[in-house]
Formats: sequence, structure tokens, C-alpha cells
Amino acid sequence: MSMSSTTDSIQSPVESADLIRSYPGFLWWGLGEATNGGLRFYVWMFALTAISLVGANAWAHQVAEGMIVTNMTDHVSWGLYIANFTFCVGLAAGGVMMVIPAYLYDDEEMHKVVIVGEAVAIAAIVMSTLSVVVDLGRPDRFWHLVPGIGRVNWPVSMLTWDVIVLNGYLLINLHIVGYLLYMRYLGRKPNPNWYVPFVFLSIAWAISIHTVTAFLYCGLGGRPFWNTALLAPRFLASAFVSGPAFIILVMRILRITTGYTAAPGPARTLIQIIRVAMTINLVMLASEFFTLFYTGGAHGASAQYLFFGSHGHYGLVPWIWTAITFNIVGAILFFMPSALDRGSVRITACVLCIVGIWIEKGMGLIVPGFIPSTLHEIVEYSPSLVEWKVTAGIWAFGILMLTVLLKLIVTVFTGEQGTAEA
Amino acid sequence: MTDDDKSGSEHQPGELSGPHLPILNQPSTRRTALKAVGAALGLAAFGRAVSPLWSIPENVSVDEFLQQHYKELSEADKKKVFERLEAETKENYGANVTISDPQPIPGVRFGYAINLSKCNGNGACMEACNKENNHHRGVDQSYIRVLEMSKGSLDMEHGTTTFDHTVPQDDKFYMPVQCQQCENPPCVSACPVEATWQEDDGIVVVDYNWCIGCRYCEAACPYHARRFNWEQPEIPAEEVNPDQGYLSNRIRPQGTMEKCHFCLHRTREGRAPACLEACPTGARVFGDLNDPDSDINWILKNKRVFVLKEELGTKPNFFYFFDS
Ligand code: SF4
Ligand code: SF4
Repeated sequence: MSMSSTTDSIQSPVESADLIRSYPGFLWWGLGEATNGGLRFYVWMFALTAISLVGANAWAHQVAEGMIVTNMTDHVSWGLYIANFTFCVGLAAGGVMMVIPAYLYDDEEMHKVVIVGEAVAIAAIVMSTLSVVVDLGRPDRFWHLVPGIGRVNWPVSMLTWDVIVLNGYLLINLHIVGYLLYMRYLGRKPNPNWYVPFVFLSIAWAISIHTVTAFLYCGLGGRPFWNTALLAPRFLASAFVSGPAFIILVMRILRITTGYTAAPGPARTLIQIIRVAMTINLVMLASEFFTLFYTGGAHGASAQYLFFGSHGHYGLVPWIWTAITFNIVGAILFFMPSALDRGSVRITACVLCIVGIWIEKGMGLIVPGFIPSTLHEIVEYSPSLVEWKVTAGIWAFGILMLTVLLKLIVTVFTGEQGTAEA
Repeated sequence: MTDDDKSGSEHQPGELSGPHLPILNQPSTRRTALKAVGAALGLAAFGRAVSPLWSIPENVSVDEFLQQHYKELSEADKKKVFERLEAETKENYGANVTISDPQPIPGVRFGYAINLSKCNGNGACMEACNKENNHHRGVDQSYIRVLEMSKGSLDMEHGTTTFDHTVPQDDKFYMPVQCQQCENPPCVSACPVEATWQEDDGIVVVDYNWCIGCRYCEAACPYHARRFNWEQPEIPAEEVNPDQGYLSNRIRPQGTMEKCHFCLHRTREGRAPACLEACPTGARVFGDLNDPDSDINWILKNKRVFVLKEELGTKPNFFYFFDS
């Protein structure tokens, strides 16, 4: 069901003064557009808002009563929030890294997908920032982190680096998406000088956000499970899977609900990326597995707990085997020829890999870093209801943002180009 | 979705082809009015959702919110801050306390050693720490954990902290672990806001009013030495230790990190740490590493001393040894 799009619009040249003057108009239009839609759209937005509010409420309780309402302890001092943070950073990075082929091969059709990737990146960055904020014991002191008025431990603290690169990444992508949308809205051809350099910057930056996030963990000598040089490469490889897989899903949903579609080429490129990246990811997992269990020792204690349980504690075993199964089945599906066509194989594979990586990069990576503790005590962790609510709220808010961005993108793009094949 | 549903303006950018007056292109006023109502309801719902936050202004005063980092406070600032904190303690805990800020003694570097042949795991040090440092009573918080270890192994994997039988057991020895006051402290490198740092006498401290509670330092510490205030500590008024240091044992705010500070409010004034004073076995030796005649230096010179996890390069100022 493709939206009719009437226009062959808008060639009116606009003076540069007008560019600035009409910007508020653009924002106003965006606001209007973001809140216009059919019944299904309103139901969707209403549901997301409701879930976000549940999350906000749970978070408010957490701030007022203390983080005692989470299930984190001095032994497992990071949990679901930081797990989700790690995944979202990967999603943000992966969303943009697939811009590379688009510009490398100058693949015009890819651009329609690329802007969706940028939108995913923006939403994912917002989700990761929120995941950190809700993890703070004193969110009221957030300003201590702001360079200039706070007191930042730069360049030594990896967390400071992370805050800086994440915010930089958000700004870059906001600029790219905002600029492209605005130009299309005005009916002008975007001036490459104004966005191509930023696209390249954001590619490099995408790699940096995920690398720095990996350094956050692998730089800690006291946590043998994280203290491996393989962590950053594995983060990147899995980001190359989760990002494109998420984008394929989004494109599918867009095609069903709005008729926004790109030629089959870009999706195939994405599948190729996923195939390679997933293979590398699994090879690295196997190599890690070997090192952990063949040598054993301190490095192996967490892995033992994670994969097989230890001393009668099995909390993470079901999680990690679910993740591994999902990842392997997902990878096999991606390698089937039918994954190159639109269809359920591809979608199933995407869903499996996204869930698999969410667990593997999150609960499967963050939590076992703390078990056993540095004094070899085993204290288990599973998220509390409050943590689940807050996390669901963050996802709902992120998807809400994504919906709004996509709505603007679809409107503007289909307005100009009409829809290609359905 | 039926065609009805997507009434009006959805996906018809043709409508906006004039970039000049986009406002006129908004859909009907009725729709706009509905949106306004929706937005108002949404805001109201958000206000309800986060209403538990409104209890916070009572706990976090404007002065506290704006307070600068410890190292940026002038003497006058400090005086004001300490007075405020004293008043708050009075109000919230009903206890009269004095908050002081003893400075490192020039030329002194503190070190601590434990004689594992003497320690019998009775845990008096943990209790003394709990009282001295105004720890949360509900959870028996303490900066010290005593590991019961199997004789024949120094591997902590064979240790446990949750023993509750009579001590000492014949086949066991006991190893208390607390902040090792690392010379090369990974917790300090980790902190994104410099809320924790090493003082000139080697003690690693936390500014509880600057810490944002990210718990990165807790992940970074290899000795499980840091404690987070998961909730506001509860201490009966008569049990509050009134002799408090700003960087040491004053009652910590909810949501911030804390750790052993070698009782700096005592040791910088020439007294012994509370855990040493409480230890009935004489296993603990504390002193100035820079003083060649100190007890601690005698131990370092004459005993076979080891530190925990030496391979990590943290260079603890905390030592362990056995007699003979
Ligand atoms: S023992 Fe832990 S808390 Fe103490 S200085 Fe070393 S790293 Fe920091
Ligand atoms: S919890 Fe506090 S002291 Fe520890 S790293 Fe975070 S801000 Fe620094």
C-alpha cells in the first residue's frame, strides 16, 4: 500500500537568508508531521508513551528511595542498565558503519537506507545515554560531568572519554539527518560539502564509540573476564551484525506501514556485511572459549560460571546458551540463499541475531565480569522489576524517537521520489 | 490501516510545497486543538510519573546542588559546607557532630600490615569499622572483609567470607581485606569526575558530595574495597560517632561511593586506626613508611611480606606476613 505522493515539487530557489528564516517553520512542520497520523499511528505512539511513563515512574522511585530498589549489590555493581547501554552503543555504531559501502561504492539506492541508519543511530545514542543516566546514584550531579563547569578526569578515565564521544556522535548524526531533511523539505538538493565530510567523520566516530566502550571494560586489570584485547574487535564485529539487522527490520516495518522502500540491492549489501561480521564474531567467540577453558585459572572462573555454572550457581547459564543458540541459528539463516530475498527467513535471522547479541553483549558480558567478585565470592544477580521497567521505558522512548524521525524521513523522501517497487 | 485512518495530511508533503508559510499548511484547527489537549495530558501524565522526585528538594538543598569539588573549596567555603552538613546531620539523625578536615602530615606515607599468623578471624575489626565510620546499621556494613582461607592455599577461590562458626578453625587461616591504598590506584583512574583521588600521605579518599555514583571505581578496584550507598544509611542517634572527617567517616549521602580511608580523622592526628585498636590479637601494624624506625618498616625489613594481586601493578601500601 504505497502512499500516493503527488508532488514533483518545489524547485523554488530560496535565498540563504530564507534558509535561516524558514528553519522555525521547518521545526513547526516537523512537530505537526510527527503528531499526524492514522488511528494505528496514534495507538502505537500512545502505547510507547505509556511504557515510557511507566519507566519514568520506576526511575523516579529509584532516585527517591535509592538504588536499593535494583538488584545490584556491591558484588555485582553493574547490571541490566549497563548491559543495555553496551548493546545500544553497538546499535548506534552499527547503524552508521554500514554507511561505508554507500559512499565507498557511491551506491545511490543505498542513501535511502543510510538515512534510516542515521536515524537508528540517533535513537540508539539517546537510549545509551539514558541507560547511563538511570545507572547514576546521583543524577542530580550530572553537571559534574560537563566539561567547563564540572571537573572531568580527562584523558585518564575511559568513562569520560565515552561521555565525550557519545555526545559528539549524537551531534554529528543530528546534523546529518537534520540537514538532509531540511534540504529535502525545502526541495533543494543537499550540498555535499555540508554533509559528506560529516558522514565520513561519523563513520570514524562510530568505530570510536564502540572501541571506547569496550576499553571501558577491558581496561580493568582487576576483572580478568573483561581484561582481554579481543573485547574491542568483538564489539565491532557484533555491532556490524546488530546494526544492519536492526535496519533491515526497520525497513521491513516501514515498507509494510508506509510503503517506503529501497531497491533490493542495499538490503543484500547489508546481508553480506552481516554474514562476514557474524562469522568473525563467532570465530572470536570460539577463540575466546578456547583460551578461557584450556588455560583455566582466574580468567576462566567467570567463564565457567557463565557457561556452565559454578559452585551450585547457574544464574547466567540459560541466558548465554540462549544467546549462543540464537546467534548460531541466526547466522545459519543468514547464510541461506533465501535470506537474500524478502521473506521470513531474513526477518527471523535478524530478530534472532539482535536478541542473541543483546544478551551476549549485555547480560552475558557485563554481569559475569562481577562473578565471582574480586575476592572470589559468588553473589548472583538478576534484574529487579524496577530495572526491567526502567529499561523498557528507555526502549519505548527510543522507539518513539525513532518513529518520529522515520515519519519525517518517509514524508520528505516519498514526497520527492515517490515509492519505488513495493 | 484503512484509508479513513490516514486522514488529512499524512504523507502529503505536496501540501507544504511553499516553504514560506508552513504554518498555514498545518491541518485543521480542530486537529491542532486535539493535539494540544493530547500534549497537555501527556505532560500531566509525565508529571505524575516522576512525582516521587518531588520529595528530593528536601534532601538536596540548593547549596548542596551547587557545591564545588573539594579541591576548589576555599577555607571559608569549607566552613560553610561543614556547618551545613552538621546541621543536616542534626536534623536527619538527631545527633550533634563536628566535621573536621585534617590535612596530610607533611612527609608521612601511611602503610598497614597484617600478621596472618596472629589473626584468628574474630571480626572485631569489622565491627569497630562499622561503629567508627558511621556505617549503615541495617546491613552491618564495614570496609573490611575477613576471608577464611584453607591452610595450604593463598588462592582466594578457596576462601569464604560468610563463615559463622567459632574461630579459629584448625585447618584455616584468616585474611582481612580492606582498601589497599594502592600507590597506583585503578579506582582513581576510573573516576570520570575526579571524585576520588590519592592524598599526599597515600590515602585514597572520596568527596562524597562530588561523586555521581556511577560505580565505575567499584568495577575497577581489584580488592572489593569500595562500597556504594544503595540507600540512605540508618544509624540510631546515640550510635552516631560525632567525631567526623569530611573526607572520612561523616555520614555518607545516598547514591555515593565510599571506602576505607585508614581512619584519617584519627591517624592524621596521631591516633591508631579503629580496626587496629579493636584487634585483640595484635595482628595489625600501622605506621609511617617514610620513617625508618617505624614498626611497619621493621616488619617490611624483617618479615617475608607479600601483597595481594601483585601482578596487577597496583602497588598496595597494605602488606601481609606470617610469623617465622
Ligand atoms: S584497594 Fe581498591 S579502592 Fe583501595 S586504592 Fe586500591 S583500587 Fe582503590
Ligand atoms: S562512583 Fe563516584 S567515586 Fe566512583 S567512579 Fe563514580 S563518581 Fe567516581
